[in-house]
Amino acid sequence: MCLAIPAKVVSMDGSIAKVDMMGNERVVSIDLVPEVKIGEYVLVHAGFAIGIIDDESAKETEELLLEVANAYEQE
Amino acid sequence: MPMNKSKELLTKAADYLAEIQALAQSTFTIMEVCGTHTVAIAKNALRELLPETVRLISGPGCPVCVTDSSDIDRYLYLAAQPNVITATFGDMIRVPGTEKNLQVLRAEGADVRIVYSTQDALELARKNRDKEVVFLGIGFETTVPTVAVSLETAKHEGIENYSVLSMHKVVPPVLRLLAEDAELVVDAFLDPGHVCSIIGIEPIGFMAKDYGKPGVVTGFEALDILEAIVMLLRQREEGRSEIEIQYKRVAKPEGNPRARMFIEQVFEPVEASWRGIGLIPQSGLGIREEYSLWDAAKKFSLPIFHSEETPGCRCGDVLKGRIYPTQCSLFARFCTPMKPVGPCMVSSEGSCAAYYRYAQRSGD
Ligand code: SF4
Repeated sequence: MCLAIPAKVVSMDGSIAKVDMMGNERVVSIDLVPEVKIGEYVLVHAGFAIGIIDDESAKETEELLLEVANAYEQE
Repeated sequence: MPMNKSKELLTKAADYLAEIQALAQSTFTIMEVCGTHTVAIAKNALRELLPETVRLISGPGCPVCVTDSSDIDRYLYLAAQPNVITATFGDMIRVPGTEKNLQVLRAEGADVRIVYSTQDALELARKNRDKEVVFLGIGFETTVPTVAVSLETAKHEGIENYSVLSMHKVVPPVLRLLAEDAELVVDAFLDPGHVCSIIGIEPIGFMAKDYGKPGVVTGFEALDILEAIVMLLRQREEGRSEIEIQYKRVAKPEGNPRARMFIEQVFEPVEASWRGIGLIPQSGLGIREEYSLWDAAKKFSLPIFHSEETPGCRCGDVLKGRIYPTQCSLFARFCTPMKPVGPCMVSSEGSCAAYYRYAQRSGD
């Protein structure tokens, strides 16, 4: 239930942001991370961005792991 | 995926496993607190990969599984009231109460909607002003801020037909209870990455400091978990007991202060009953007086239920790490995800369900 998925912020409008979540567009609330910027990665849980994935190398890791996850799902 | 990348990952995994092998000369028992970890461990067959000396046992980290049967019967009672729309995350739909579950109630005519977020639940309330929309508040610190925001929004916008039945729980008090349990044989903890991304590491620091139980805040991929196990073994090797963060790309030492502010604004700590574990002081979250108009328990003057635990179900022992799910005599024979006897089998993150699903797949 504490599952959360990384997504990239594409656009923002007030407390709402459009994000790219593994290739799907989703609308999420950014009430909990109002400082987020377009292009940053956030962690999405139950329709809310709950944290910002902010470090460059970390982003790479996340992308890398995502690819593995995708490969795994497609098996 | 480019060849060199996947090769890099495999090399990394092999390195971690080699280091684990080298460091795990004697038995080391690790509890994964979080249900999402339980699923990741089962899915990646990590138990089979690790040396025999490293034991992984599941903890009380599935919010659905620790919801008391009295609370389940209480929300089922509420869902059956006329004029009520019950909004819930999908996990709750098949959780068995004493007599029924939400799915059965829905077939009997109750209005039960699966929502993806509290935003959706609020939207239901905005669109159905003549109905009462009740959101079933189940979850840990990861989920609670999203519920707090919805209550704050409802108050701000004056949405009076929205309310929350709060059965939320917080993690640190149950960790303390485990640490004090004389029967518990856990040496170290994989701490929940997403809960800690909200609360930070300070609230669980006592585990390492006062009880000598080191912990590593861990991510949810196989490599994350392997690295965290290496980190825990290194702590043992070096005689340290600390809370460290493996999941650095997400969990910061200070957590998310704004999310905590929302929690504190709307909720206050209360005693809560954990299924199979019992009452734990300060381990639940009640809705503060200022938001009582949106507190479903008060709004509907809900009675307190005293429901019995399902006979034969050993969920409580599973949640405390005393037995593996396979040691329950009902496991897979009478209790399956299709016909769950207890909550540890019904939630996809329940230990029993995780064991069942992945054992079936590997043909064990
Ligand atoms: S297998 Fe079923 S009955 Fe046994 S502990 Fe798990 S949920 Fe309860």
